[in-house]
Amino acid sequence: MSIFIDENTTLIVQGITGRDGSFHTKQMIEYGTKVVAGVTPGKGGQKFEDKVPIFNTVADAVNATKANTSVIYVPPMFAADAILEAADAGVKLIVAITEGVPVLDMTRVYPFVKERGARLIGPNCPGLISPGKAKVGIIPGRICTPGKIGVVSRSGTLTYEVVYQLTRAGLGQSTCVGIGGDPINGTNFIDCLDAFEKDPGTIAVAMMGEIGGTDEQEAATFIKANMKKPVVGFIAGQTAPPGRRMGHAGAIISGSSGTAAEKIQAFQDAGMGVAKRPMDFVELLKARIGG
Amino acid sequence: MNIHEYQAKEILRKQGVPIPPGEVASTPEEAEAIAKQYGSTVVVKAQVHAGGRGKAGGVKLAKSPAEAKDIASKILGMQIKGLTVQKVLVTPAADISSEAYVGIILDRASRKPVFMVSPAGGIDIEEVAAKTPEKILKLPIDTRYGLQPYQATRLGFFLFDDPQKVKAAAKIMRQLYEAFMKTGCSLAEINPLVTTPNGDVVALDAKMVVDDNELDRHPDIAAMRDESAEAPSEVQARNANLTFIKLDGDVGCVVNGAGLAMATMDLVKFYGGEPANFLDIGGSSNPEKVVNALKIITADPNVKAILFNIFGGITRTDDVANGIVTATKQNPLKVPIVIRLTGTNEEIAMKILQENGFSASSDMDEAVKKAVELAKGGKAA
Repeated sequence: MSIFIDENTTLIVQGITGRDGSFHTKQMIEYGTKVVAGVTPGKGGQKFEDKVPIFNTVADAVNATKANTSVIYVPPMFAADAILEAADAGVKLIVAITEGVPVLDMTRVYPFVKERGARLIGPNCPGLISPGKAKVGIIPGRICTPGKIGVVSRSGTLTYEVVYQLTRAGLGQSTCVGIGGDPINGTNFIDCLDAFEKDPGTIAVAMMGEIGGTDEQEAATFIKANMKKPVVGFIAGQTAPPGRRMGHAGAIISGSSGTAAEKIQAFQDAGMGVAKRPMDFVELLKARIGG
Repeated sequence: MNIHEYQAKEILRKQGVPIPPGEVASTPEEAEAIAKQYGSTVVVKAQVHAGGRGKAGGVKLAKSPAEAKDIASKILGMQIKGLTVQKVLVTPAADISSEAYVGIILDRASRKPVFMVSPAGGIDIEEVAAKTPEKILKLPIDTRYGLQPYQATRLGFFLFDDPQKVKAAAKIMRQLYEAFMKTGCSLAEINPLVTTPNGDVVALDAKMVVDDNELDRHPDIAAMRDESAEAPSEVQARNANLTFIKLDGDVGCVVNGAGLAMATMDLVKFYGGEPANFLDIGGSSNPEKVVNALKIITADPNVKAILFNIFGGITRTDDVANGIVTATKQNPLKVPIVIRLTGTNEEIAMKILQENGFSASSDMDEAVKKAVELAKGGKAA
């Protein structure tokens, strides 16, 4: 089992003919994901790599293919419109990879997506992968292996680092979700933790947070109150100076709030395992699942 | 991106917010001339991207043009929280009857801009929030509809009883909201919003932080960036499309991805070292980015060892290896380098490095430990 995506995922790629979109579409197809349509306005009627039909609009693509998921690789100034278009066309899972989306755009997009009953992952995220079943986004498939650990993270390459170590240690993954590094994103830690708790194919969760905001603190409260499955957490940015944006738009300590120390404290208060280094996940998870 | 008080005031003035006049001076003589023009007591205010300017001695009253000159000569060049004051704002002093706080902050939890207003203005709002939360009204705004007149009125009534003042304040709320949205802010503050003895409501200080992601849309705002307020290495890095933040340690770090970059810095600290910087070379790295990254890092005299930590996903590790070889041929390194790379094209990368006399490992923990040791003057590579 897995969360959000699996072998029944049928995918539209918005921005399929762009540089990033075309590269990653090939990778997703190679991994076995059912990419059923692409969207590039003005290129409707053409085919991507002689296989995937391209449409002018997401509505056309959904009508023709009944796709249930969309992934977005369009430039930042067009990303909000692309998300709104997907939600309006009835797509239920929208994954926005684009980095650099203006945050105020997201304040309009988020309530609309929610009202349409859709789930948004990202923006500024690596997407997600249910190993052996489907990948939507840019997480390298070869570092993952099917298994029972759920992974959720605000980061890209840090996730790869941890997943790679889990794989090498024989700890396969049910689903790995990168929720993204922006201050306002669609799906947060709690959404993923809740889904992992309900997923019979997941027995434990590895969670990678970072400085900025209070999403991890709220997640810790949720874990304490609602989760039976063990969760091991890590926070990046213990050495980050306050007031500086550490690469991710959301990774910033404002005043005295959003520090690594308060997040780690929240994890400890919730009785979670706390990884001091990225390499500590394997042992902490094994100890909790009796591996 | 932070902009200065005088720039934020310019934006708000255009929006119609009542703000006393003011002009910027870069020399004491200019400050004197501006004060003479106003012919009254003036306030000389340091223009620097730091809070607590008043406490640091960067805001002073001057009763005459000569005093304005004298005060400006003391404030210009002054260090406030590590930043040198290059400009002062000279503005006529106002008679103040009361001080309030008005701000809009992009709130992550509610995913909305939130108005925060308080009749206890003029001081640190975080302090008010902590000690007397009942003195703050928070009002989230749905940006699809914008600030509604009834909401602006409600915010006004939280600050004042007098209907004339409420009306004036509500108008300022709408103007501030318009400016916040148009400029692409993540924060906009008027602190203090004052009332004068003759009943006017006036903004005496303004602060705006602009979302970096909005700058492509607003070239006029992007042009307000004050590069003299930043470390030169950070300006250089931004021009080379690198995300770089200078720190005080001695282990120079080159990493791909923000999360991994932070985790690498943390691991340096974990093993008893101090990172010299945060540096993210980003996703699709080409060798040139690596060359620029090394240039910036080696220019820092504090750096005693350089650590590469690359997890190749989209980033091809052979690109990084080629960048390291090119950069070190151009400028031979004077400090030891520790290279960790794994992922896409790892075998090719390792071969390139070996052929050019570098050793590399695929283990992050080991590499960080070694870099810390070398920075402390431990055994050579």
